[in-house]
Amino acid sequence: MARILLNDVRKSYAGNQVIHGIGIEIADGEFVVIVGPSGCGKSTLLRMVAGLEAISAGTIEIGGKVVNDLEPRQRDIAMVFQNYALYPHMSVRENMAYGLKIARMSKAEIAARVAKAATMLELEPYLDRKPRALSGGQRQRVAMGRALVREPAALLLDEPLSNLDAKLRVQMRLQIKEMHLRTGQTTLYVTHDQVEAMTLADRLIVMNKGVAEQIATPLEVYERPASEFVAGFIGSPAMNIFTVRAGDGGVTLPGDAVLPLPGVPRDGELRLGLRPEHLRLAQEGEAAIPVLLRSVERLGADAFGYGMIEGSEVPMVLRLPGTSRAERGDRIAVVPDPAHLHFFDPETGRRVEG
Amino acid sequence: MAEASPLAPRGAGRLVAHFWMVLGVIVVAFPVYYVFIASTHSTQTILRPPLPLLPGAEAAQNYSDAFSGGISRIGGVSLWRLLANTTIVAMGIALGKIAISMASAYAIVFFRFPLRMACFWLIFITLMLPVEVRIQPTYKVMVDLGLIDTYPGLILPLIASATATLLFRQFFMTIPDELLEAARVDGAGPWRFFRDILWPLSLTNVAAIFVIQFIYGWTQYLWPLLVTNSNDMNTIVIALKKMISFADADTPWNLVMVTSVLAILPPILVVVLMQRWFVKGLVETEK
Repeated sequence: MARILLNDVRKSYAGNQVIHGIGIEIADGEFVVIVGPSGCGKSTLLRMVAGLEAISAGTIEIGGKVVNDLEPRQRDIAMVFQNYALYPHMSVRENMAYGLKIARMSKAEIAARVAKAATMLELEPYLDRKPRALSGGQRQRVAMGRALVREPAALLLDEPLSNLDAKLRVQMRLQIKEMHLRTGQTTLYVTHDQVEAMTLADRLIVMNKGVAEQIATPLEVYERPASEFVAGFIGSPAMNIFTVRAGDGGVTLPGDAVLPLPGVPRDGELRLGLRPEHLRLAQEGEAAIPVLLRSVERLGADAFGYGMIEGSEVPMVLRLPGTSRAERGDRIAVVPDPAHLHFFDPETGRRVEG
Repeated sequence: MAEASPLAPRGAGRLVAHFWMVLGVIVVAFPVYYVFIASTHSTQTILRPPLPLLPGAEAAQNYSDAFSGGISRIGGVSLWRLLANTTIVAMGIALGKIAISMASAYAIVFFRFPLRMACFWLIFITLMLPVEVRIQPTYKVMVDLGLIDTYPGLILPLIASATATLLFRQFFMTIPDELLEAARVDGAGPWRFFRDILWPLSLTNVAAIFVIQFIYGWTQYLWPLLVTNSNDMNTIVIALKKMISFADADTPWNLVMVTSVLAILPPILVVVLMQRWFVKGLVETEK
């Protein structure tokens, strides 16, 4: 167990930079999730920590030791791969024991650790099976077990749940969370799934095009997204973001309706972000955002209305009560919750505070 | 054991299929059967047509003659010696080829070093040069090294194998990168990765290549003929040839046939044993 320190870490392939200087200090026992769309460099970053990719610039420290030039085996890490990468010719027991055997641990100690991990992961009945005789979920647990028995300084997981079906994924997500609580292992977890990211993380690194857009707790990321990218990426359905003209204590919406708003940070063009769950139906005569519904999805507890701001082509998603009888073609006026307004700079995409 | 495949033909189609298969087996197996039959008759019977189709009474006599060394024609060397020579050469070639081609394929696939692709192409190009083309320089090298009439002289020049290297390269390239990475994270260095992961996964390929190369080594003719002067170092194929290089009436055909049978047996044994083994391997790895 150890602290991980990333200091302005960069990666380039043939002069083409793909990771643009990422720095974070991960505390002992912290669970950090790297989340972002595919191709954002999140796996590359993890593999650099693992020692499977060379570091072009910057330093990575694990447990107070700079590991830039160390082989993976010298870094005291364990990794779970997306496709599990179990050794096909070894039994579950041998798969888990292999790393320990190489580390020349005593047979008794190996047996004890494997037994402990097998109990925790409910793998005891399968210890003598080969990976091909296991289901996807069981293979995933073996991969977890293989990493856990090492009791490494840092546990690295590269999209470990993305090959499982939806139900199993939820189950394993809970199990991973529980395991982390139990072992207190410093963990770095890569995913493109925002639900996994939000539920598992102590802190998130939201990445986009090789840049860490925001490093913060899940709630902070949700409540105060640092950039328009983060705002659009985290939250489901996605935040409504559109350009407004601010002035005179309010904003002019697309379609020229004027909406008085408190706490507008500055005059001029701004990007305004409103989460669907932070819009309420307007009272009679209240200044509001007029939305023309194009379709309604009813999920039971909620209903999502998809439409456009009247007089424009700007799409809006609304979260309506499950009892709502709104139909396609209806005109709905909504009012944003003034406590949850997000303003972004139209040029840089960064958050603008009032 | 195995259930009928859904592709297996039924009824009349099945009869026709079986007819052709049986015919094929007969065409392939008859000469071999005939060698065996001839090895159980006296030379006189063999030379007087028609040839019998059933085993004769001289079997015991012929086989004991062949083994008791009554064959001055092959230079007073016992059959045992010839079989031992051939086995050593064939094993040496098969194992040597596997060792060398696995090592070179491992280097080419899993290591990054300067001129890696140049090395690959060099190996590849040797495919276009059969042993016969480079036989004169190879012979000169063997003479200079004093390897004429030795096992290394018989084995070494036939070991280098582009075919086996390519086969192993193709197989190694199907190993997922993550497996290598998982092994690296687990702390396995290049040697351990090879021993603990690559080797066990390659066993079926090794078995297949062993069978092919053992037979290749067993049936070598030109090179053993060139590189051996003493009869002691002959392989069984050469001894066979020497036995029949006389006038027909002079050739002890019954003994030639016995020798042929004995020359065929070891490769058959290897095929039968290894085949069973690598089918088992195929079922186990299941890739």
